Amino acid sequence: MSNIWHKNRPHRKQHSLTAVMSALFIACVLALPLGAAETPLKNASLMPMWSPQAQFAGYYVALDKGIYARHGIDLKILRAGPGCSPAESLEKGTADFAILWLTTALQHRSAGTELINLAQIVQRSSMMLISKKTAGIETIDDMDGKKVGMWEGYVSLPLRTLFAEHRIKVREIRQSHTVNLFLRGGIDVTSAMWFNEYHTILNSGIDPDELNVIFLRDQGMNFIEDGIYTMEKTLHKDPALAAAFVEASLEGWRYAFDHPDEALDIVIKRMREAHLPANKSHQKWMLERMRDLMRPVNPQGSVGYLMEQDYEDVGRAMQKHGLIRSFPDYNAFVWRADAGKK
Amino acid sequence: MPGKNSIVIRLVLVITFSSAVIFAVTLGYNYYQSRVILQNELESNARNLAMSLVNRVETQLTAVTKVTEGLARSMEISELTEQQFHSLLRATVEKNPEIYGSFFAFEPYAFSAKSRLYAPYYYREKGKIAFDRLENSYIDYPYPYWDWYQIPRELGKLEWSEPYFDEGAGNILMSTCSMPFYKEIDGKKQLQGIVGADVSLDALTEYISSVKILRTGYAALLTRNGTILAHPLKDAIMNETFFSIAEERQDPFLRELGRKMIRGETGFVHYKSLVGFTSWMYYTPIPSTGWTLAVLFPESELLENVRKLSMTMAAMGFGGILLLTLAVIYIARTIIKPLQLLTAATDEIASGNFEVMLPAVRSNDEVGVLTHDFQAMQASLKEYIKNLTETTAAKERIQSELKVATNIQASLLPRIFPPFPDHPEFEIYASMVPAKEVGGDFYDFFFIDEKNLCFLIADVSDKGVPAALYMMVAKTLLKTEGQRLGEPAKMLASVNRILAADNDTCMFTTVFCAILDVTTGEVRFANAGHNPPLIIDSHGARYLTPKSGLMLGAMTETVFTTERLTLEQEGTLFLYTDGVTEAKNPEDALYGEERLLKALQTAPQGDLANMIHYISSEVVHHAGGAPQSDDITMLAIKMKTNNVSMEVAGKGA
Repeated sequence: MSNIWHKNRPHRKQHSLTAVMSALFIACVLALPLGAAETPLKNASLMPMWSPQAQFAGYYVALDKGIYARHGIDLKILRAGPGCSPAESLEKGTADFAILWLTTALQHRSAGTELINLAQIVQRSSMMLISKKTAGIETIDDMDGKKVGMWEGYVSLPLRTLFAEHRIKVREIRQSHTVNLFLRGGIDVTSAMWFNEYHTILNSGIDPDELNVIFLRDQGMNFIEDGIYTMEKTLHKDPALAAAFVEASLEGWRYAFDHPDEALDIVIKRMREAHLPANKSHQKWMLERMRDLMRPVNPQGSVGYLMEQDYEDVGRAMQKHGLIRSFPDYNAFVWRADAGKK
Repeated sequence: MPGKNSIVIRLVLVITFSSAVIFAVTLGYNYYQSRVILQNELESNARNLAMSLVNRVETQLTAVTKVTEGLARSMEISELTEQQFHSLLRATVEKNPEIYGSFFAFEPYAFSAKSRLYAPYYYREKGKIAFDRLENSYIDYPYPYWDWYQIPRELGKLEWSEPYFDEGAGNILMSTCSMPFYKEIDGKKQLQGIVGADVSLDALTEYISSVKILRTGYAALLTRNGTILAHPLKDAIMNETFFSIAEERQDPFLRELGRKMIRGETGFVHYKSLVGFTSWMYYTPIPSTGWTLAVLFPESELLENVRKLSMTMAAMGFGGILLLTLAVIYIARTIIKPLQLLTAATDEIASGNFEVMLPAVRSNDEVGVLTHDFQAMQASLKEYIKNLTETTAAKERIQSELKVATNIQASLLPRIFPPFPDHPEFEIYASMVPAKEVGGDFYDFFFIDEKNLCFLIADVSDKGVPAALYMMVAKTLLKTEGQRLGEPAKMLASVNRILAADNDTCMFTTVFCAILDVTTGEVRFANAGHNPPLIIDSHGARYLTPKSGLMLGAMTETVFTTERLTLEQEGTLFLYTDGVTEAKNPEDALYGEERLLKALQTAPQGDLANMIHYISSEVVHHAGGAPQSDDITMLAIKMKTNNVSMEVAGKGA
């Protein structure tokens, strides 16, 4: 399966046109470092969605291993975390690129911010609802009237959409970035990301068989998350930069999955710099889950590709529940370097 | 040279091995029991140590809990003005050195309808009491969403927060004790906010970390989530949970142990510590916070004394076994030495030297007895050999005497052939081969007058010296009586009378006795129990059928009959003893009368000597190497056709 992370995977032969274009593109990218020696590196900045962790391993690895530099970019990864909004940073122009959830991006786009999806990193939603078995909550309907921990903001859009679809009313409790409120019994259900909070709960001594787990993607809410975004004007100013950035980022991810120990060391170094509790086994879990999440759902699909069907599903669901008024045409929302070359 | 089976080596091996096994088992049991005893003592020691540490921590934490509860009660029962509760907070921080900071955090709009959030906070800063407003310091993430606010709010009770780093306060490790306070509004209990006190855990964790158990043992502190709070693994503090370490080490036992700890259980376990040494761990919860305190006793250090003792005992045991081995070798040698000397001496005796000196008997033990017995045996052997030598000498003398007797006996029988060269009218030949040195058979022939030749063959019922002596008597008597009486039956009757008269030895003899008139060829004969002779003439060879008669020496008054026959010209009379017909081959088959008859029919007729030698060789051939059991005696007499010479002879006589 590992070859799906690489360019030269065999099934490409079925799409000869795509293959030719990809080859042209790769050639173009490979040619870049030659020119890079003469042209100075282009400055660019990235704001991840949250503080350093393996969720963003690909970008830290690409920076640390000089992959961005090789693609002609002098990248700066901005501090993120509580109180930092990557979408606002894009709008204000303090960041050139940002990692956003698709729902967040659509919300901002609907509000008039000209965000463009450069790559869809996560191919399936990892959001889940967790309750203790002792609470006896086995379905979404069982959550009616229960205390459900939800993150603030757009992050909880999929949940609200789901509850609305099931016509149930839950007692929303805004939850912090710890799982302690859930562990102590302050809430019945907690929102969790598969790659993060779920594992934190396990590593607080709760066994998987003591938990009831519902993946939102199994409830028809595949609100796919992390994607690489930029402002339309940034893209128009320098499409080559955007293409190089995406290519370097994906290469960074490939490198991280091929060298997990090295990738974890890089991530943990970043975490220590940010004075964050760094736990290698937790980051290892996160990196492995990112690998699962990035694998294309369709075996013929490619890494980083936003499926039109996924896009339409999320857009329509949000529109239906009044979270957005409208959503743009797929081609207006998504920009691909190879598509641009057509 | 004795090899592997030497008694010394076997003794040493068996005794050394057995004592080594006994010693090893004893040592092992001792080590095991010491360990058990030590472990039992250790458990109570560990419990005492853990409880004293828990008490130290608990005292501090309980004080803070009490203060927090006091603050909440003050807010609930008395209508405090803003200024009053500000000074209450300030005084709380001032008077309680263990409290780092204290706050009232109000529910949105609970303090005032004008401002949404309100949370005064007094805390220590560089030895002074400082003041801040939490709604201002937590802008990015407003205070109602922090664990220390949310958890007691949702649970409605006092809670100690999971320890956290407070960046604003200079990155110190803190835990907050917070609880909700309420107000009665329209008879309903309404949540007003959360009151709390921050505690710096640095002093606490330092205190726990400073606990040294033996040289490498330590105390550790875990939070309710299993997060490492105090531990010699500095990197793990606040970074790892017991479970993340278990996951990294893929150790399900560790995870299960961690689950017991966070469930608030108390236990005493033997396990490999996170630092990597085998240890005994006692863990118990800190009641007010639900954290776990563990004390670890490194097993190797605990067992050091036991191990040292065991090593000393092992060394002593080794020395002891060595000494024992030497002693066994010594004892075995002292036992073996006389045995070896005895063996050497008996070897000499075995090779025939009976004069060798046996080692002196020094002790009364088994070897002494054995040596003594050997001495007795040597003496007996010497005596026996002496007797044997004497007996052998006597036997040799008898043997040589017997040889002489044989010669004498042989010389007694007529051995010169032809015996009567001036009597061409007949021919006579005889031979005797004795079975033993001295035979019991005999033959004789002699003229009783000018024309009557007496010839006889006899077989004494025994062999050897007695038979020879008896034969001498019989022969002499027969010759004497033959010459006196000149009649076979009378001869035999007379001799029988004499022999039977005082036959104490119960010896008998068979005799065939005949008298030949050499002028006519008439033969008168009488038989005393002897084998019938054969006659070979123009009618061929055949057995005579004489009256059997009783053997000589049996009964005094035996009567014998004289019978007659006439030997024709060239007729031969053949006499033999049973040594001929009863000669046995290796298959025990007798030569027999049939074979003898046939042999005589085919035997050369010309010369009697040739005929007898032929029969003799036939018998030897039949015996086929089997030992001769009886004397073989044959006698043949033949009338010649030469009348002229007979007449000459007759005239000559």
